[in-house]
Amino acid sequence: MCLALPAEIVAIDGETATADVDGAQIPVSLAFLEGVAVGDFVVVHVGYALSKIEPDLAKEQLELMRSGAAEEGVRV
Amino acid sequence: MKYVDEFRDPDAARALCATMHVEVQPGRSYNFMEFCGGHTHALCRFGLEDLLPDSIRMIHGPGCPVCVLPVGRLDMAIELAVSQPEVILCTYGDLMRVPGTGGQTLRSAKAQGGDVRMVYSTAQAVELAEAHPDRQVVMFAIGFETTTPPTAAAVKAAAAKGLTNFSVFCNHVLTPSAIDAIMTTGTGETGARLDGFVGPGNVSTIIGAEAYQGAVDRWGKPIVISGFEPNDMLQSILQLIRQVNRGEAKVENAFARAVRPGGNMAAQAMCADVFAVRDSFEWRGLGAIPNSALKLSDAYRAYDAEERFAMQYISRPDHKACACAEILRGEKTPRGCKVFALACTPEHPLGSCMVSPEGACAAHYLYGRFRDAAAVPVAAE
Repeated sequence: MCLALPAEIVAIDGETATADVDGAQIPVSLAFLEGVAVGDFVVVHVGYALSKIEPDLAKEQLELMRSGAAEEGVRV
Repeated sequence: MKYVDEFRDPDAARALCATMHVEVQPGRSYNFMEFCGGHTHALCRFGLEDLLPDSIRMIHGPGCPVCVLPVGRLDMAIELAVSQPEVILCTYGDLMRVPGTGGQTLRSAKAQGGDVRMVYSTAQAVELAEAHPDRQVVMFAIGFETTTPPTAAAVKAAAAKGLTNFSVFCNHVLTPSAIDAIMTTGTGETGARLDGFVGPGNVSTIIGAEAYQGAVDRWGKPIVISGFEPNDMLQSILQLIRQVNRGEAKVENAFARAVRPGGNMAAQAMCADVFAVRDSFEWRGLGAIPNSALKLSDAYRAYDAEERFAMQYISRPDHKACACAEILRGEKTPRGCKVFALACTPEHPLGSCMVSPEGACAAHYLYGRFRDAAAVPVAAE
C-alpha cells in the first residue's frame, strides 16, 4: 500500500507530469510539490509525487554506507 | 534503477553489517520494531535478519493499512457495494481480497453484482464520477499519512468540478497515535521490551521527522526514519544500536534524501483543510485508539460517504483461528500462528496480514517460511 518508487520526471504539463519508473511511463500529479523540473527524481505514491529526491544527500549517504558508517558523526 | 540499485550494493551491506557486529555490546539484547509494512517486506525479501548480529531482534509493527483495518469497517464497504446498486465502489487493489465477516470479500461482493472497481489513483475515481453522472462513486480510502493527501486532492478536485456524485469512505489513520498504542496496548509487554523503532519512510516525507518527537519524549525510545532499500535499513538499525549503546533516545532521519525538514507542507495544509481528527477509531489488533484516524472536516462533510449512505459501524471479531491481532501488536510472529501457511495462505487468506505483500504473514510466506526448517543434506554421489 505504502509502496513508493523513485521516478524520473520526463515531461511536465502544468500540475501533471510524466515520470519514468524503470522504463514504464506513468502520469504523476505534482499537486504537492513545487519547483520540480524535468530530470528530477521524485518519490511517487498512488500517482502523486510526495517529495523530491536530493541528489547531494543521496550521494553523501552512499559514501557513508560504503565506508560501513564506521565513523561516528552520522548525519541526523 | 537510479536510487534503488546503489542502495542495494552488497559491499556496502557487508561493510554496514561488519560495523554492527563490532558495535553491539556483549550481553545486551536489542529489540527493534520496524513500524512500516514496507520495512517488514524489505527485511524478509532481502533476508536481512540473517545478516544481523544474533542479539538483534526485529519485531514487525502495525504499519500496514490493509492489515490494521478492522473487519467491521470492511463489512461496511461490502454491504454498501452489495446493497446500493447505484454505487460504484473504488478501492486500491490490496483491499479486494481481505476477508470480512463470513469470509466475504470485495471480490465476492463484485461476483454478487456489486460494482467494485480497482483504481491505481484517487484521480481515477474522480474521473469515474465525471463519466457516470447517474451513479454514486465512493472512494474506499485507507492508508496512513502517505495515502491521505491523494484522497484530499480528490475531494478538492470533486468540489472544484461541482461533482455531487463523489464521496469518500474515509479510513485514514495516523502513525504517531499507533506508536503510542503499541507502547500501551494489551499487557504493555511489547512496548516494555522495545529498544527503538525503525521509523516510517514514506509517511515521513509528508509529516516530517519532527512529528515523532512527542512519542520519543513520552516513551524514551529512539526512532530512526529509514528508506526502503536493504542498505537503508541496515544503516538505520546501526544508528539505533548506537543510540541504545549511548543511552540516547532521539529522532534521527536516515532517509534525508527524501524526507525534508518539516515534511511536505503543501500536502499537510490540504489534509488539514479536508479532514478532521476522529475522537476514536478501532484498529485491528490494537482496539479503539483515541485521536488516531481522520474523517471529512465540517467544510467537506458533503463528501462523507458514511453520512450520505447512513453507514453504521459495528465492531466485528476476526476469524477465530486468526492471530493477526497478536501479530500486529508484536506479541506473536507469523510462524507462531497455528494456521500460518496451512489454512491461511496468500491465495486463501483468513486474516488481513496474509493479504498485502507488506503484511507480516504474507512477507514471511513469500520469503521466509522455510527459514527455520532444517537444511536437507544433499546425498553424496
